[in-house]
Amino acid sequence: MSKKLASILEWGTLLISTGTVCFFLVVIMWDIISKGAASLSWDFITALPTDGMTKGGILPAIIGTVLLTLITALVAAPFGISCAIYLNEYASDNWTTRIIRASIRNLAGVPSIIYGLFGLALFVQGLHMGTSLISAGLTLGLLSLPYIIITTEEALRRIPASTREAALAVGATQLESIRDVVLPSAIPGILTGIVLTLSRAAGETAPILFTGVAFYINNPSGYLNQEFMALPYHLYMLSTQHQAIEQVRPLAYGTALVLIIVVFLLNLSAFYIRYKHSKNE
Amino acid sequence: MSNEPIKLAAQHVDLWFGKKQVLKNINITFPKNIVTALIGPSGCGKSTLLRCFNRMHDLSPDAHIEGKFLLDEQDIYNQKISATEVRRRIGMVFQKANTFPKSIYENINYGLKINDVPKADRPGIVEQALKESYLWDEVKDNLDMPATRLSGGQQQRLCIARTVALRPEVILMDEPCSALDPLSTAKIEELIVELKKDYTILIVTHNMQQAQRIADKTVFMYLGEIIESGNTKSIFTDPQEELTTNYVKGHFG
Repeated sequence: MSKKLASILEWGTLLISTGTVCFFLVVIMWDIISKGAASLSWDFITALPTDGMTKGGILPAIIGTVLLTLITALVAAPFGISCAIYLNEYASDNWTTRIIRASIRNLAGVPSIIYGLFGLALFVQGLHMGTSLISAGLTLGLLSLPYIIITTEEALRRIPASTREAALAVGATQLESIRDVVLPSAIPGILTGIVLTLSRAAGETAPILFTGVAFYINNPSGYLNQEFMALPYHLYMLSTQHQAIEQVRPLAYGTALVLIIVVFLLNLSAFYIRYKHSKNE
Repeated sequence: MSNEPIKLAAQHVDLWFGKKQVLKNINITFPKNIVTALIGPSGCGKSTLLRCFNRMHDLSPDAHIEGKFLLDEQDIYNQKISATEVRRRIGMVFQKANTFPKSIYENINYGLKINDVPKADRPGIVEQALKESYLWDEVKDNLDMPATRLSGGQQQRLCIARTVALRPEVILMDEPCSALDPLSTAKIEELIVELKKDYTILIVTHNMQQAQRIADKTVFMYLGEIIESGNTKSIFTDPQEELTTNYVKGHFG
């Protein structure tokens, strides 16, 4: 009897925990969708802001966030993947490697505002790139690097040693074995890690705050050496800093909804990659 | 049978993983075109010895090897010969079928590609290798199918096909049937006996009936040492050492 009671309690606890998490998720989504859907229109996502941000669309912010995420990917993915390959495939298990690994894990825990200040010091001032799209992209790239290294290493570690040996046994060099067999097998895991990291980076505000984001620019094209608009910062400004907060509230909700949709689309592509790969197994 | 020339040999081999000595003063020769079975209880070092012959320990930094391994009297750990060349000449089939996550065709073609076999020759070699592994009739219409969809036994035969496609001189097999059902095992044993005509085969096995069915010679190892070696029949019916007697009669292991 007591065993049965215990199992009911355990089950109940799990159910309540899961329920709580889902409840908040639904409430947040409902709040944003119900209040943001009204401002969502073709004009909203294709037009420039007008009348001191009280009217018009958020096209520059969408373009800014997309380009920023793209630069982040171009910076973080090649370095992150290479670093993970080195750590997992080549580095021997000694204290140097362990220190490198520990540092990477610690870097993943550094608050994003610190990355912002670092980017300001290094890219904006030190390398004279100014507050610009490229400075912000490089800063976000640095922020994403540890996550990509960790997830890629995890994906590589899941490939069994026997797969590597299979390639070596037919006369492949270690490089060929990694290039032709290990990496292709690990690609779904690696891509999922990259996409999830990018979807997090796309929503970051603090690292771009000092390095290039602007509240308003009046052309939609993002040049690498110019300031840019971005969805999360736009949202922050509309909801806390605008002189007519009540008036722009619907626009803020609309922006939040667009940001969530962008991130959701990124996550969806990660799911799709996994699904496609599991079908090929 | 003892008149066959020596294909492969280990001389005064000691091997350590870190501080633990796993192989102790191994001296053994393997005659050409003969199946030799390596038997012994788990942890006796038979797989470790097998893996020395195609330099699979090269990537484990804590492995330390002393002594000589000779292929046709050439030292395979010599600077003059690369690990990749050794592995092309001494193929290996592993305990668990480790097909590449590629199509059936690509599984065999990959080895040909990286060993610079001319492109025009490859389809013929793939077909030939699949025929030699008795897999051709089962897969000839599905060569583009992912190899992972094959059954365990078919995958292991594909691994053998992948190995023979490179025309190695020696084939190492590390318990190739331990994960297979009796029917698939029978097919692979049949295949091994067939392959013996062209290849020198070393097979690690826990299955003593299997050793008696397919091996001409048998080597019994215990705690990193070779206790006894000789014709399979004499090892199983008239062993000279007490340890061998106890092992082949199933008293331990």
